[in-house]
Formats: sequence, structure tokens, C-alpha cells
Amino acid sequence: MTGQAKAGRPNQLLRNLNAKIASIPMILTAVVIFFGGTLWTVLYSFTNSKLLPRLKFVGFDQYERLWAAPRWVISIENLAIYGFFSLIFSLVIGFVLAALMDQKIRFENTFRTIFLYPFALSFIVTGLVWQWILNPEFGVQSVVRSLGWTSFVFDPLYTPSIVIYGILIAALWQGTGLVMCLMLAGLRGIDEDIWKASRVDGIPTWKTYLLIIIPMMRPVFITTLVIIASGIVKVYDLVVAQTSGGPGIASEVPAKYVYDYMFQAQNLGQGFAASTMMLVTVAIIIVPWAYLEFGGGRKRV
Amino acid sequence: MSDIAINKPVAMAGPRGKRPRPLFSPRNIMIYGTLFVAAAYYLLPLYVMVVTSLKGMPEIRLGNIFSPPMEITFEPWVKAWATACTGLNCDGLSRGFWNSVRITIPSVVVSIAIASVNGYALANWRFKGSELFFSILVVGAFIPYQVMIYPIVIVLREMGIYGTLTGLIIVHTIFGMPILTLLFRNYFASLPEELFKAARIDGAGFWAIYFQIMLPMALPIFVVAMILQVTGIWNDFLFGVVFTRPEYYPMTVQLNNIVNSVQGVKEYNVNMAATILTGAVPLIVYFVSGRLFVRGIAAGAVKG
Amino acid sequence: MNSSVSIKDLSLNFGAVSVLEHLDLEIRDGEFLVLLGSSGCGKSTLLNCIAGLLDISDGQIFIKGKNVTWEEPKDRGIGMVFQSYALYPQMTVEKNLSFGLKVAKLPQAEIDKRVARAAEILQIQPLLKRKPSELSGGQRQRVAIGRALVRDVDVFLFDEPLSNLDAKLRSELRVEIKRLHQSLKNTMIYVTHDQIEALTLADRIAVMKSGVIQQLADPMTIYNFPENRFVAGFIGSPSMNFFSGEIVDRDDHKFVRVNGVDFGLDAYPARSPLETGRKVVLGVRPEHVKVDEALAGGEFHDAVVDIEEPMGADNLLWLKLAGQTMSVRIAGNRRYAPGKPVKLSFDMSMASVFDAVTENRI
Repeated sequence: MTGQAKAGRPNQLLRNLNAKIASIPMILTAVVIFFGGTLWTVLYSFTNSKLLPRLKFVGFDQYERLWAAPRWVISIENLAIYGFFSLIFSLVIGFVLAALMDQKIRFENTFRTIFLYPFALSFIVTGLVWQWILNPEFGVQSVVRSLGWTSFVFDPLYTPSIVIYGILIAALWQGTGLVMCLMLAGLRGIDEDIWKASRVDGIPTWKTYLLIIIPMMRPVFITTLVIIASGIVKVYDLVVAQTSGGPGIASEVPAKYVYDYMFQAQNLGQGFAASTMMLVTVAIIIVPWAYLEFGGGRKRV
Repeated sequence: MSDIAINKPVAMAGPRGKRPRPLFSPRNIMIYGTLFVAAAYYLLPLYVMVVTSLKGMPEIRLGNIFSPPMEITFEPWVKAWATACTGLNCDGLSRGFWNSVRITIPSVVVSIAIASVNGYALANWRFKGSELFFSILVVGAFIPYQVMIYPIVIVLREMGIYGTLTGLIIVHTIFGMPILTLLFRNYFASLPEELFKAARIDGAGFWAIYFQIMLPMALPIFVVAMILQVTGIWNDFLFGVVFTRPEYYPMTVQLNNIVNSVQGVKEYNVNMAATILTGAVPLIVYFVSGRLFVRGIAAGAVKG
Repeated sequence: MNSSVSIKDLSLNFGAVSVLEHLDLEIRDGEFLVLLGSSGCGKSTLLNCIAGLLDISDGQIFIKGKNVTWEEPKDRGIGMVFQSYALYPQMTVEKNLSFGLKVAKLPQAEIDKRVARAAEILQIQPLLKRKPSELSGGQRQRVAIGRALVRDVDVFLFDEPLSNLDAKLRSELRVEIKRLHQSLKNTMIYVTHDQIEALTLADRIAVMKSGVIQQLADPMTIYNFPENRFVAGFIGSPSMNFFSGEIVDRDDHKFVRVNGVDFGLDAYPARSPLETGRKVVLGVRPEHVKVDEALAGGEFHDAVVDIEEPMGADNLLWLKLAGQTMSVRIAGNRRYAPGKPVKLSFDMSMASVFDAVTENRI
């Protein structure tokens, strides 16, 4: 038809040529940046690179120094506390809100809009607002005191022992709307007949949720868990905006440690070692999930 | 039997007709009570931001943060926009705003253009290894950015575009790629495969099918991707700090520098006005897009 | 005879899974060939291979004498109609029809001419300016056929084109496709799982199972002389009655003995000798049995009515015979109460006998 004589078998490399050309950015990103970049960072975490990356290997020196640094240990502790409570509270609050929203309520759209709008805001904005609300001189503490309760103390951002909870409040404000949305989608995905059957059987609503609905929503819970968890490890902007890691080093987090060592302290080796530890943390979360989800008989494609 | 049928107005005792549903049943009070309390918690910061930004500093020092302004002033807004000081300069947030515009628009366009073609190729033109690359990409979405930042710095430096807007646009394209590619791949894969087959029989090739068949059908998903990217890139802080020079700092970085700068007296009203201004663009996108925003995050998140 | 599409030794496997194996098929010029089988039998896969939408693993495909094994779909001289219509939703009917011609850079006048002709043949002129979403299912499928028509090709491929339509539309469009074939005289390859479509449309039917063609013949041969037990059971509704038994010799006559009941084989057109003692399966269609009516030279068998299913024109009787359940189709006005004993006579000239082991026709 086109007068193009195609005698031989088309070259395997040239087949789908346009698709391959179009995929070059993706291939480069996947191979060079994601795969290569990660390997590179892990490799250089075993060197004593300072201002510039150098391939002078020092074994696990950087890691020993890392775990000996109080700032890193505090960062990890903070991450653990923040992570634990953030997971529990987001899941519980998110699910409860979703369950309430699923009761065929009025103004559902309005409520959803209200619960979700913080998610559209950046962590910087979130951090700054809550910095202001939790400001001891003008914020919640002073308001309660001015109501006559003069000894009231609520000053998380300037109290090292609880500063991470101040960040947690802000993070929950920003992120629970998303969890609520995911949970609501999960609840809506459950067959109406399940509810009819449990109603006919006379099972109380809370029991239906606990014994039937939540087990059925296992996949939704797992994906939500993974999303929250990988967000937790990345937490950075929120801390920078809300406390800058203070007071002192009381609210430091790993991601901030990495940034500060790479770009400010000019101690690249430490930065690489710390970021590799972050990678390990994520792997601990992701690998079992990926195994459950995609391994074991390839349940879905 | 027939007698009874004729005398039908005889009402039997007992419940009849619509079952009464009291508006203030304990169940409703509990549901709406909880929802209203939660809504108050979510709305409070927005309210505080707005009222603080409309007060003068003397009033802030005297009053409490929840009270409405006695005297409304827009001065803090003007100052936040035009003259607020970061550590470096004193031309307010306007510079950051325009930088963010210059970063966001090309980044959104480029990242969506590339990711949509990727998704289309992955859905319809699989080749040997394409799924492997895609898997790396998706796994890569979970790798903390911190792990990949420095290698990217080196690559950009080698290309001579470290610290430029172009460099930052590339970074946004790279990190937006996993989620967007997934989004587009799933969307194109959900279209009937026969459509693609029919187009091939009609003789259309890779680009003809993309532009003439797929693109016109994918408008909703393009809107979703745009919402995702506009809010994501506008809200970015880390890449802005790492990959640009101060004169190109996006709005979020500028905002943080204004609010957390150690010099001078803290002007909380200006800070809050600046915060609202920075949050305004994603908020507008959110309120305008409504359900599509939800769809975007759900599509992005659930499949992730 | 001129061959239009010719498939030689075609194999297709996805990794270790073999879908089609060493398949040969010759389709004559102007023939209406139906590929019939249940889902997963490889019929659609075979069609996609012919279209060039799937790369084959081995073998050759010729269309009009030209080896098209490695050709792109557009260069094969085919048009294709899909089950889901696959109309481009954002284009009007007219654009849908002309899209392929525009891609091929035909002159506008020629495009207009072909679109007009296709629209006239299919009577869709009033729909040309509409979008597919504004059309009914039947209209959409007409447009989809039109899209194949404008390509002015020798071979039409249909992939279950009527399966998405409701029963009434399906029978209407079936007639229309047949009329189209009669007037165009193109080669048509038609995939379906619906035996009525196959029997009504086809010049020849290829019955497929697990990637292998079980029988390739004209509809009446397929129906009356199925090559094996699978084909016999697949075609016909209600399906053929099967009785397992063995061949016995009585008074120099061959019989199939089923649970002590003997069915005489004198009238059966056997292809190979019916050895005594051979284990066989006797197959008889429900309409080849008479109830309380003698057939010429036939014998009577005692049976009891189990259930009757009146269907208007026909009445389907389920009976117990020789310890087995069987069905018989009789006229709708003849009614039998359950439990009533009846006498059956079998038309053995229309019966089929299969080897119990190989399941092939004897």
C-alpha cells in the first residue's frame, strides 16, 4: 500500500521503535537516577567524602559515627515516636471519620471539603500555621490562661520533651483528610448486600464494622499504611517550618540530618550514610508489603 | 372475605405509614456532633490565619488569636506581598510567587507530556524490558528523595544546569514521573484494547494513535494529573532549596525565610498573610476542582 | 479453487503457554468462514494473528497469495469489526469511517466517495454527523462494519461482532451481515461462540478447541456428521444425547448395546468396520427420535416421560431410557404427562457413533 518493500524479518531492536524512543526519559530516570543514583549513594556512604565525593573507602566508619551522634539518635527516636503515633492516629481518625461520612449524612460534600483541604496545603504552610497557634505567648496557651486558668501549660514547641507531639498535631491536621478519603473509597467499595445481610441477621453496627467490614478492607488498610509510612520517613519541610529542629536538637528528623550534612556541614559521607539508613527504613516497610501484595502466587497483575 | 375488601377504610391498630425518624435521635447527635467537632478542628487554623492577617500588630499583642479583628487592616497583606524581608532582600513574596509560577508551569507541562507518552507506551506498545523499567520507576517512588538528591546534583552540574530553572524543571519531571506514569498507564490500559487494534488496522502509528485517538479520550485524566502536579510542585520545598539559587527560590522557600528569619521584630500578621498567599494557589485549585482532586489523590495513592 | 487467506503451520505461544499449534487453514476466495468455539479456544487469537495484531511464533500467513507474515496490519488488505465496536468516541461517524483513509493519505474526493458508498450500503447516511455515543448498539455496529467497508479490502475479519447486542438486534444484524456477504462477495472470517450465528452465516465452519481445529466443514456436515464427540456435543441445542455401550453382533446384524438395550446399526453409514466388542458412544439428536411413531425399518424402545418443557412451537420431552436421561423434540401440540410410558424409535441414519477411547467418528 505504501510501496514500502519489507522483505526481511523486521529487526527486533527497531520494532516498536517509536515506543522505545518515547520511553527514553522513563528509561533514563529509572535506570540512571532511581537505580544508579541509589547505588551511587550507598556506595559513597562507605567513603570519607567531605566537601566533594571521593572514592576513599573507610568501611563502616560513617555509620559508626552516625550512630554515635546524639543528633542522629534523637532524629531516629523522634521518627519512631512520630511514626508510631502518626500511623495509629491517622488510621483511627481517618477510619472513624470515613465511617461517619458513610452513614448517608447530609452535607457530605461540605464535610469532605473541610477535612481534605489541609492536604492541598504545603508542609511549610502547615508548619507555620501551627507554629503560630501553638505560640506560647499568643496561641492556645495564652488564650486558655486569659480565660482564668492561669497555670495552664501547653507549650509543645518550646518544650524539648514533647516538641515532636506539636509536630504530630500539625501533621495529623494536614494528612488525616487523605486517609479519610482512602477509607471512604474503601467503604464505598464494599458490597451493599453485606450491610443488608448483617442488618437482617441483627448484628450491631459497630460489630459489623469490627468483624466484617474492617477485615474486608484489609487491602485498603495495607495500602494506606504504606502511603502513610513512606510519607513519615520523608518528613522534612514540616519540621523545618515549624521548629527548625529546635529547641536545640529536640525535634530533629533523619531527612533534615541528611540535608544539613550534605549541603551545609559539607560532610557528604555522613549525609550518604544517613540517607542510606533512611533507605533501609523504607525497605523494612516496603519489602514485606511488596511481598504480600505481589509475591506469593501473583494474585493480581 | 369480600365484605372486608369492600370496607377498606377500617384501619388496623398498630404502626402504619412512614416510620418516624426523629431528627435528634441519639445516633444523629453522635454522628453530627463528632463531625462538627472534627470540622471545627480542621477549620480552626484557616480561621486563625485569616483573622490574624487582618489585625494590626498592637491588637495581636493584646488580644487572643481566636478573636475576630476589631479593626480590619489589609496592610499586612500588602507588606507580605511587596516589602517583607527575607534574610537576603526585602521585596516580599511577590518574587517567590513569580518564581513559583515560572517553575510550576513548565514543570507541569513537561512532566505530564512525558509521563502521558510513557503511560501510553506502557499500556499499548509494550516492548522487551518495558515492564522492568516501569517496575524500577514505581519502586523508586518509595525511595526517600534524600537518597537520590546528590547524584542528581552531580548530573545537573555536569550538564551545567545546576541551580537553574531548567534543572529544577527536570527534577520535578523526574520525581513526578512514577506517579504520573502509573496514572496514565492505568488509564490507557482501562480503555478498550479493541480501539487501539482498530486504529492499527486503520494504519495509524504510535504518534497518530496517541494524538488522534488516545489524547482526546484522556482529557479527564490530564486534568487529574494537572491538579496533582500543580499542587505538588507549588508546595515543594526541598527541591526548591536544593536545586535552585536564591534568586530562583520558589514561594514556599521564600515564605519560610520570611517567617523564620531571625532579624527584626516578628510581625505575625504579615507572616500569616504571607502564609495564606502561599497556600492560596493550591487551595484555589482544590476548591475549584473538587471531586477531581479527590479522584487524583485516590488514583495516585491507592494504586501506588 | 483460488485461496484468499492461507495459514500454514501457524504456532503461537506466550512464553511456555502454547495457544495455537501447527495450525493449517485454507480459506477460499469469497468464502464466509466461521471460527466457532467456546471462550479460550484460540479463535480470537487466530483472528488477531491473521490481522497482524499479534506476532506469531512460527508459520506463515498468506493473504491473496502474498506472504503477509511480517506485514503491519494496515498493509495486509484486511478490515476488522470488533465486539465492542471500537469506534473512536470523540469522532463523528463520518470521521470514524474516514480516519484510516486519511492516515493512508488518500485524496479527499476518493475518501468522500468511499464513505458515501459505505453509508449507502449500510443505510447510515442520516447518522454521519453524529458521535458514537448518540447511536444505539445496532447503529454502532453498522458503523463499525462501515469502517471495514471503506477500506476496500479483500478480507473482512469479524471478532464476535454481535455478542454485545440484545437477542432481537442480533438476529437482525445477522441477516444483514449475510446480505452484505451475498452482495459484496468478499472473503469473511467470522469469530463467534454462538452456534446459531455459525450455522446460519457460514459457508464453512471451523470448530476449535484448545487451539486445534476439530472439524472444518459446511454447517450441515458439521451438524449431521460431527467428526468427533466434542463437535457433536458443542453443536446443537439441546445437545445431542449420548449413550455409552458396546458393539454386539446379533443374527448377523450389528447393534450398539446400552445397558441391555440394543440399537440396530443397519441404517448407520459407518466409515470403518464396526468390530464386535468395541466400546463406543452412540449419539442421537433430540429431533431424530420419534415418540409413539414408527420409522421405516425402525425398532421400538420403551421409555418413560420424566419432565416436559413446552416451548411453544416445540415440546421438549425428557425421558428415561436404558437407565439414562435423554431429550426428544416433538411438535408443540403433543403433550405428555410425567410418568407416561412411551415408545421411541431412533433414526439411526442420522445418528453418530464414536469410539469410546479416541472419541472420533466411526
